[in-house]
Amino acid sequence: MSATAQAPAPCANLPLSIRRVRQAETAVAHALVGPALFFLLTLFLLPTVAVFVIAATDWRFGARSLSFVGLANFAELFRDPLFLISLRNTAIYTLIVVPATTGLGLLVALLIEGGRSFRAFYRAVHFLPYMATLAAMAIAWEALLHPSVGLINQILRAAGLPTANWLRESATVLPVLAVIGVWKNLGFAMVMFLAGLKSIPCELLDAADIDGADSWLDRLRTVTLPLLGPVSMFVLIVTALRAFETFDTVKILTQGGPGKASETLLYTLYMESFEYLRTGYGAAVTVVFLLIVAALTLTQARMIDRRVHYT
Amino acid sequence: MSARAPFRLAELARHAVLLLTASIVLLPFVWMVSLSLKPQGEVFQGTFSFLPERWHAIENYTRALTAVPVPRFLLNGVIVCGSILILQILVCAPAAYALAKLRFHGREALFALVLIGLLIPHQVLALPLYILGYQLGILNTYAALIFPFIVSPFGIFLFRQFFKTIPDDIVHAARLDGLSEFAIVWRVMVPMALPAVVAFSIFSVVSHWNDLFWPLIAVRAEELMPPPLGVVAFRNEEVGSDFGPLMAGATLIVAPLVVAFLAAQRWFIEGLTQGAVK
Repeated sequence: MSATAQAPAPCANLPLSIRRVRQAETAVAHALVGPALFFLLTLFLLPTVAVFVIAATDWRFGARSLSFVGLANFAELFRDPLFLISLRNTAIYTLIVVPATTGLGLLVALLIEGGRSFRAFYRAVHFLPYMATLAAMAIAWEALLHPSVGLINQILRAAGLPTANWLRESATVLPVLAVIGVWKNLGFAMVMFLAGLKSIPCELLDAADIDGADSWLDRLRTVTLPLLGPVSMFVLIVTALRAFETFDTVKILTQGGPGKASETLLYTLYMESFEYLRTGYGAAVTVVFLLIVAALTLTQARMIDRRVHYT
Repeated sequence: MSARAPFRLAELARHAVLLLTASIVLLPFVWMVSLSLKPQGEVFQGTFSFLPERWHAIENYTRALTAVPVPRFLLNGVIVCGSILILQILVCAPAAYALAKLRFHGREALFALVLIGLLIPHQVLALPLYILGYQLGILNTYAALIFPFIVSPFGIFLFRQFFKTIPDDIVHAARLDGLSEFAIVWRVMVPMALPAVVAFSIFSVVSHWNDLFWPLIAVRAEELMPPPLGVVAFRNEEVGSDFGPLMAGATLIVAPLVVAFLAAQRWFIEGLTQGAVK
């Protein structure tokens, strides 16, 4: 009798003990994630929400009062010639940097993988600018580009070619900044392509060889390049993100000049928010910047997903 | 084989092109070092030679080290990057462990928050964080340079991925040995995920050592400036119009990372490309 009465007891207890273990696990886990959660909320999520809220106000940093103006900042933004120039400059800069970086990165990677000697040396040299402090290297570039004593103009003069005041002429300033951008990001593209090339199975190249793709160029066209498709897409997007985030060279070398010929999005954001202290307006620029970057990043995340599926 | 002669030609062409691109890539570095060795007069003579006719290296580097506090900038870089890295690991590793190995209420929500964090570029946060720093009264201190980076969504993400590959049996065995969950994080998980920790450390230190945007907003005092901001301040000063000392200063600021890179290339390339992939 008593046995039958007690029999269900352990069964009833079991879920309870599991529940207790679960509760203990949850308590420990909450302690472990607590700091990260707190800082993610206060340093990432709430500030992002705040940017959208501030963008809907006419607040100027330091002012005691503010009023909500809805989308007026955005309306003004898209009528503001400076902002439109900035957007256009950023687009032109990106359109130069992205294909040039991707193309040169691919070329260098193919050449490095194409032989056996000095691989590590070439890789290290081409990667160097990607990690060197850009603020300091911008100053080295400024010396190279100096109108009278810079090496570039000295070489051009010696060759009897026309020279230019590269950073002070509106026709040359943006392309020159783009060259520095390519110089900086080339190493990243190269490393990604090197990894992509390593992952191509030798059997595929051998098979192509047997199928009559005799020359190196044939194999490149039929096997290597198609298989590098996903990596190329990835490099394109990451480089575009980098190009949109260009700031150091503009701030140090040109301050957006001459005129507004090298004004870029992040530099406009910086000036409006932190120099002119037009906080509401600066927040609106920030929102536009965030939307562009987020769209690119989400495209990239979807590319990675797809790549995972077919490898 | 008949392919031998063309093969040699192709190898020659390979080296020709790569040596050309390599020298273009290296040109700014070489020119910077070259100018840092020359007296001002020689710079304006406009000679192609890399080495100076009259060595002025000691004078230039002495002025870079004394007229402007370059050593101070470097020290600030070490203090700021070191503090950021330690805080990031302290905050991220336990959270990543919980996300990888524990079941708890709100796990999916937290992971979603990490992914949102990955999506947001730091420049977007600058304005609200500047206001927050102002409210807390910490602008123009070391704290201002450090606090936005206490948590790294990328760090949590990377550590979580690595911790997931560590078998559950090891965690169970550690629990049977009487280790607390905190002890498991620091004495089992982090040592086993050392490659990820090293890669993340390089990524974190390099990005914050090179960052100009946030320091420009957060500090004004010269004695707080990290290297990139310091080099900008240097250029605006009187000595900055002198090419030699300015290039010496730039060389001193670029040198630490370049030397570290040459010593541990593979780690650097891995850490920095993983960081971009985030």
